[in-house]
Amino acid sequence: MQNISNIIVYVFSFLSLYFEIFLLITYIEKRKSIGEKADSEELNYFPTTTIMVPCFNEEKTLEKTVNSLLNLDYPKDKIEIFIVDDGSTDGTYEVAKKFSNNPQIKIFKKENGGKHTVLNFGIKNSRSELIGCLDADSFVDKYALKRIVYFFNKDKNTMAVVPAIKIHEPKNIIQKIQNVEYNLGVFKRKVLSLLDALYVTPGPFSIFRREVFETLGYYKHAHLTEDFEMAMRMQASHYKIDNSHKSFVYTVAPNSLKKLYKQRLRWTYGFIKNAIDYRFMFFKKEYGNMSFFLLPTAIFSIISAIYLVTVFIVEMIGKISDKILEIQVVGFKFDLSKWNFDPFYLNTETISILALMAGILSIYIILISQKIADDKVKIKLDLVYFLIVYPFIAPIWLFKAVYNTVLSKKTLWR
Amino acid sequence: MEINQINKRIRQATDWPKYFYTFIITVVIFSTAFYISQYFGNKKIEQIRQIENKISIDILSSETQFSLLAETSCKNIGTDIFSKELGNLADRLSYTEAKSGIDDAEVIDLKKYYSLLQIKDFLLMNKMAEKCKKKPISIIYFYTNEGNCTDCTKEGYVLTALREKYPSIRVYSFDNNLDLSAIQTLISIYKIEHNFPAIILDDKTYSGFQSLSTLEEIILKNHPELNVELNATSTATSTAGTSTVKK
Repeated sequence: MQNISNIIVYVFSFLSLYFEIFLLITYIEKRKSIGEKADSEELNYFPTTTIMVPCFNEEKTLEKTVNSLLNLDYPKDKIEIFIVDDGSTDGTYEVAKKFSNNPQIKIFKKENGGKHTVLNFGIKNSRSELIGCLDADSFVDKYALKRIVYFFNKDKNTMAVVPAIKIHEPKNIIQKIQNVEYNLGVFKRKVLSLLDALYVTPGPFSIFRREVFETLGYYKHAHLTEDFEMAMRMQASHYKIDNSHKSFVYTVAPNSLKKLYKQRLRWTYGFIKNAIDYRFMFFKKEYGNMSFFLLPTAIFSIISAIYLVTVFIVEMIGKISDKILEIQVVGFKFDLSKWNFDPFYLNTETISILALMAGILSIYIILISQKIADDKVKIKLDLVYFLIVYPFIAPIWLFKAVYNTVLSKKTLWR
Repeated sequence: MEINQINKRIRQATDWPKYFYTFIITVVIFSTAFYISQYFGNKKIEQIRQIENKISIDILSSETQFSLLAETSCKNIGTDIFSKELGNLADRLSYTEAKSGIDDAEVIDLKKYYSLLQIKDFLLMNKMAEKCKKKPISIIYFYTNEGNCTDCTKEGYVLTALREKYPSIRVYSFDNNLDLSAIQTLISIYKIEHNFPAIILDDKTYSGFQSLSTLEEIILKNHPELNVELNATSTATSTAGTSTVKK
């Protein structure tokens, strides 16, 4: 039994390492093209653009979100903003009305129906060439839209462009952990775009050609993760999704473990359910890297994270219960003066060495991510928090998401 | 734009060579990790062997020294070092066994040698005790690795603690499952029933778990001189540490 468990651990470690190396090789191969023209702001064509701001009880952040949109470096006559209040029960609508005199802004109020209904409502009311959305808890960088449009202008086959999302003013440990994670996301998103395997068009400022909705249809409920489903639908139809890694969008991150758990549970559950809905894309040559790399490794990483952490926790429980047994028998003893370092007792098992190698590789990838996201590399305490805390909290929502999927339990938005 | 126009886009082809060389790189990294682990594992085994060889030479030296001096003097025969070294060896063996598993052939081999060294040390101590009229306090401890012997684990903690408290006590631990005729002979000499853990203390056999206080009470009753040692060690920092192989 122990041997089987060891083999499973080795298989999972091998595949995790394979995934990291694959991303890294892709980055190294294409790193020159990543830097190239990434900052281009010179456009010869400015397509008309509608940005929807769906809001449900977002009175605190809505004004700042809309102001960031108004501040975009883009011709005023080419951009319109739809503030769509999805039946808020707080002062969101009153905040929205402050912008009623701005000709760029249209304000709508509808009955609560969920985010996908808001998006569809906005799409139906827009005639623009490009349509996007900005969650009311996110803020855009001044040049974000220009840099995104650059990708649309460059290739007429590009049907959607996703931005680089960063955390807005991370304050506590939970937010700082997410800061590292989001920076890592900037790297992964870029590399996945190079592999033609982007699997999500995130809510904050993903921009689409209107043809996407005209040909593929509107947003669906999609297990509360309409942004996963839309990307999957596009990939299934071979629509190109690109990434503008210098189009920065800042989002307010959950500031407590409970809020983070709820958000991630929804994301993970939604991803699994959508992956099941689009299971026909697995291991099919016509879907390229999406099919052979992204989807299998994403599902596998959920399973392996759950398994490896379970094995670790079981081992820890064994060690703790041994210690408790020892204390029960001979009492608690702690004498630092008797402790001396002996290299013999350094753990040199294969799995520990592999974990060390994977850890070094992860740190390297995180630093590259930082360089892409911030143009500089600075080792901060956030990295330590991320490496120590994240591997233990992530499996909580992964486990629950799998549990919910297996038992067909629905997850909630909030 | 029509849907079929969009569909004309040629999707990026799967880069099979990249899948392949990523696989090769991963295999190389994995193999390196295996190699490094194997290298350090062998180094550790080698280190244990060296300690065993050293103890073996030391015992032989003591036996020779004893034979040479026994007729005239009981002095100058050093034995305390062995106790520490045996303890050191036991700790390393115990750690290696926990990491490599109880079925590891190399570990079994090292444990057999360790057991024989303990028996030799025990016999030498008995001979010296007979000649010099000064018998060291010895505990022979039998345990089993089979099944889930929680009492054996507990007894291991007790004996380690006892040895730390009274560094002069010599603890000899034997794994009943080790296929070694010398251990079976010991078991038959002391008439150990297959009820583990079992302890021989002052020629008396105790089966089942014996608590620290029970053993301490027996030892202090039979060897009141240990109270003096206890007082001495309580004021000085002891670095001695002998433990049993099985904890």
